[in-house]
Amino acid sequence: MITDETMEYVGILAKLELSPKEREAARKDMDGMLQYIDKLNELDTTGVEPMSHVFPIKNVFREDIVTNGDESEKLLKNAPGEKDGMFVVPRTFD
Amino acid sequence: MNIPELTAVELSAKIKAGEVTAMQAVEAVLEKAAQKEDLLHCYVTLDADGARKRAEQVQKKIEAGEMTGPLAGVPAAVKDNICTEGMLTTCSSKILGNFVPAFSAQAVRELENAGVVILGKTNMDEFAMGSTTETSAFGITRNPCNTEHVPGGSSGGSAAAVASGECFFALGSDTGGSIRQPASFCGVVGLKPTYGTVSRYGLIAYASSLDQIGPLTKDVTDCAAVLEALAKHDAKDSTSVEREDTGFLAALTEDVKGMRVGIPRDYFGEGLNPGVKEAVLQAAKALEEKGAVLEEFDLNLVDYAIPAYYTIAAAEASSNLERFDGIKYGYRTAEYEGLHNMYKKTRSEGFGAEVKRRIMLGSFVLSSGYYDAYYLKALRVRALIKKAFDAAFEKYDIILGPTAPTTAPGLGTSLSDPIKMYLGDIYTIAANLAGLPAISVPCGKDAKGLPIGLQLIGDCFQERKLLRAAYAYERAAGGFRAGKEA
Amino acid sequence: MEKQYETVIGLEVHVELATKTKIFCGCSTAFGGAPNTHTCPVCTGMPGSLPVLNKQVVEYAVAVGLAVNCEISKSSRFDRKNYFYPDNPQNYQISQLYFPICKNGHVEIETPSGNKKIGIHEIHMEEDAGKLIHDEWEEVSLVDYNRSGVPLIEIVSKPDMRNADEVIAYLEKLRQTIQYIGASDCKLQEGSMRADVNISVREEGAEELGIRTEMKNLNSFKAITRAIEGERARQIAVLEGGGVIVQETRRWDDVKESSYPMRSKEDAQDYRYFPDPDLAQVEIDDAWIMRIKASLPEFRDAKMERYKKEFAIPEYDISLITASKHMADLFEAAAAISGQPKKVSNWLMGETLRLLKEKEMDAEDIRFSPENLAELIGLVDEKVITSSVAKEVFEVMFESNVSPGAYVEEKGLKTVGDVGALQKTVEKVIAENPQSVADYRNGKEKAIGFLVGQTMKAMQGKADPGMVNSLLKELLVK
Repeated sequence: MITDETMEYVGILAKLELSPKEREAARKDMDGMLQYIDKLNELDTTGVEPMSHVFPIKNVFREDIVTNGDESEKLLKNAPGEKDGMFVVPRTFD
Repeated sequence: MNIPELTAVELSAKIKAGEVTAMQAVEAVLEKAAQKEDLLHCYVTLDADGARKRAEQVQKKIEAGEMTGPLAGVPAAVKDNICTEGMLTTCSSKILGNFVPAFSAQAVRELENAGVVILGKTNMDEFAMGSTTETSAFGITRNPCNTEHVPGGSSGGSAAAVASGECFFALGSDTGGSIRQPASFCGVVGLKPTYGTVSRYGLIAYASSLDQIGPLTKDVTDCAAVLEALAKHDAKDSTSVEREDTGFLAALTEDVKGMRVGIPRDYFGEGLNPGVKEAVLQAAKALEEKGAVLEEFDLNLVDYAIPAYYTIAAAEASSNLERFDGIKYGYRTAEYEGLHNMYKKTRSEGFGAEVKRRIMLGSFVLSSGYYDAYYLKALRVRALIKKAFDAAFEKYDIILGPTAPTTAPGLGTSLSDPIKMYLGDIYTIAANLAGLPAISVPCGKDAKGLPIGLQLIGDCFQERKLLRAAYAYERAAGGFRAGKEA
Repeated sequence: MEKQYETVIGLEVHVELATKTKIFCGCSTAFGGAPNTHTCPVCTGMPGSLPVLNKQVVEYAVAVGLAVNCEISKSSRFDRKNYFYPDNPQNYQISQLYFPICKNGHVEIETPSGNKKIGIHEIHMEEDAGKLIHDEWEEVSLVDYNRSGVPLIEIVSKPDMRNADEVIAYLEKLRQTIQYIGASDCKLQEGSMRADVNISVREEGAEELGIRTEMKNLNSFKAITRAIEGERARQIAVLEGGGVIVQETRRWDDVKESSYPMRSKEDAQDYRYFPDPDLAQVEIDDAWIMRIKASLPEFRDAKMERYKKEFAIPEYDISLITASKHMADLFEAAAAISGQPKKVSNWLMGETLRLLKEKEMDAEDIRFSPENLAELIGLVDEKVITSSVAKEVFEVMFESNVSPGAYVEEKGLKTVGDVGALQKTVEKVIAENPQSVADYRNGKEKAIGFLVGQTMKAMQGKADPGMVNSLLKELLVK
């Protein structure tokens, strides 16, 4: 069973804030999905390597050569906030 | 000559022969769009002026003999999760509602190199999460074959645009069936290539280990031509594969003599609509008549593909979609107090319900204490599914079955029960988990006039075989020619 | 009797690698560009962009791993570390958790009680974050992604250190080793080497480790020492007061000499690591390892042994010269060109170290070439310039690596060999200093020193002091 605390925790991880109504619906959905996913436990996967990539792709490299110039103008164009060639964010503290 | 009735390859031949101009082709599809867009809503962005300008340039190059390929001069549409420089790319999401990419996806560049004219960006389920195109933030797309039904998804806008003649072909993306299922629902050809065949650079990722870009076309010949243009190694995508066997047009012969076709019993069981079943078996018979050898077999593990898929896809999506935070691009909430409140409000307002549902699920299955039980378990099951296909391909050249259990559902009937909706992906998902190429071709219609799709799945890098079987079936069925009467 | 506490310290050291480009894109890693001018879609997290690994990062990581006696993983992978912060454009950092590139190494450090092995748990590759600048006028911060995607290796030690001296010795050893490889300049102040210190205390003799805290924001050896001492004292005070240590990350404020916890409610510290589907595995076979091994430089210990045999210079000088690979390279090259190792060593130990200290520079920052130093030594040897002029020339050369010969020529600093000109000056000095002349003539031989000095001054140092001396003696006898 997924609890409200779990939903709150997942909300912090995913940076999503749901209204109480949305959260209850999402909780039920997630509960249903996880029960459904539990079906996987019917299979014995002992000794099976987890497959994160379809193919064993290996050693794909770039050479250490500068290929990019100044693209800042293009990259900043979509920013909701821009100042002095930088992205504007709410004040951070560290 | 009725230009919108031509296939892409036919159109290009006529343009090169001087019978039609690229501009006339653009005007013809724009006129179609003017008639149909209000009802169908295939496009999020239709760039008429840009297309005209580009058609003029392409026409000059064709006349100068600089562009000679089979797609030169052809107007096409691109799914709205594939970046186009200078053209809005929204993923049908409010969070990217104003995003104009600084670069074009490699797949788009390959089309441009082939002389294709990009018309605009097609509607889709938000971030490709859905199978009806109803989760788009910018309104639904209707199925051109019956406008009370969905076109399928997530590449619903692309499939509908091809089916309605609002373009000559379109690019889609397929993470769990998002090209093949709408192709099936709209009566067009849709192919998901072997993972790594088409560069993912510029495809806005949903689930990176499953996503592939592929064509939606009017017939198998167009499908082969588009795939040939797209299948290029790209150093910008670490998962891009260097392939030599990309002469797909040359593979189009009707010769399927001795081709071993496996028919998984598991794909014809409970849940499959009888009309769909009949049409698909009929199609199998047509191949048999041409000399293919049919054999039923048990693929196994079919019921486990969906839960494994949703675990893996949600996990990758939860991470891939973290970058949408209101800082670098896209939507930012109007009012907020501090950084974390800005993040939360932006994302909660910017994403739709289905996207949020999958992000939450994905964050959960990766979270501390659940990673092994859910995520790693799903990756292990994935390995087993891949093994089951490996075993099948030792015996068969291709696997034949339905693309979807039903024809297109009515509008507004799917979203209320997610698990039921996810079950609609049961036949398409495994090809993504195992990285296999798979194609959907039309194989008939149900009583309501809704198209039925035949799915052929090949072993990795066996697109040529797949296309050959699809082409042989197409010939046997007397040609598809989507969009002809529409 | 009062309880005695032992401090247990482990380090996580981040080192910025000296590659030309970033770890996953072709952007320059050069310092000093205007904000966001060294960025591209990849390192700003644009939708649709994809990472491709810089091969040199792997080469450097393996080289460092070999130098600190690690096992090199035949197969290693990248994972995503997920957390939201504006300096991290994707809101995940590409790092290595499950299969790091190097494991199980060690280095030896010198301590007052003899040599000690410090274990290295692992080394992994990852990307650096961008920079946040707090706006002066508004309640906002600004993000510059120029540093985003700069390659780092993180070297994670075992909790084998017991005091600040060992920590500093360990860091010095890492720094020297990595500088010798050329994998990084390892400057703490500039952030190309950064150390996070994990620290716990336990009663002397206890078996179990205490609960640790992690100290961040330590940008000098002094700050590290103070932070260790401060945190040790804080933890002991908590324990003595009957409290418990909370496992947390603390930020050291070196001005206030105290630390405070960094964690907030919004930081769940659950990074949801999983294999990055966008990147390929890194597989390193024996042939590749052998190639990197063969390319490793002679490290300091071996170099010191060799210098003792090859060069007749004091052991103390050898230890200082080899402390920096750059200095050692400079020494060997200049010695070979000039054939005068002792004189080269003198210049390095004397004027060079003096100027480095005066200008607060590292030996790595020395700009003059071995050719120019050798040339300068030659000029003195051939009496083209005097040693006092040589010091003057050296300062200029130290600043801007000018050719001493050309500079001497241009500024007219050659020793004046023209006896006529010198004689005039000497005559003038004799005429202007009757008292000293009288003293000398009355047997006070030392008085000649003053007259030599006056002559050299009048000649602006450009006279050969020996010649001045003999000429003075000659004229004074008259």
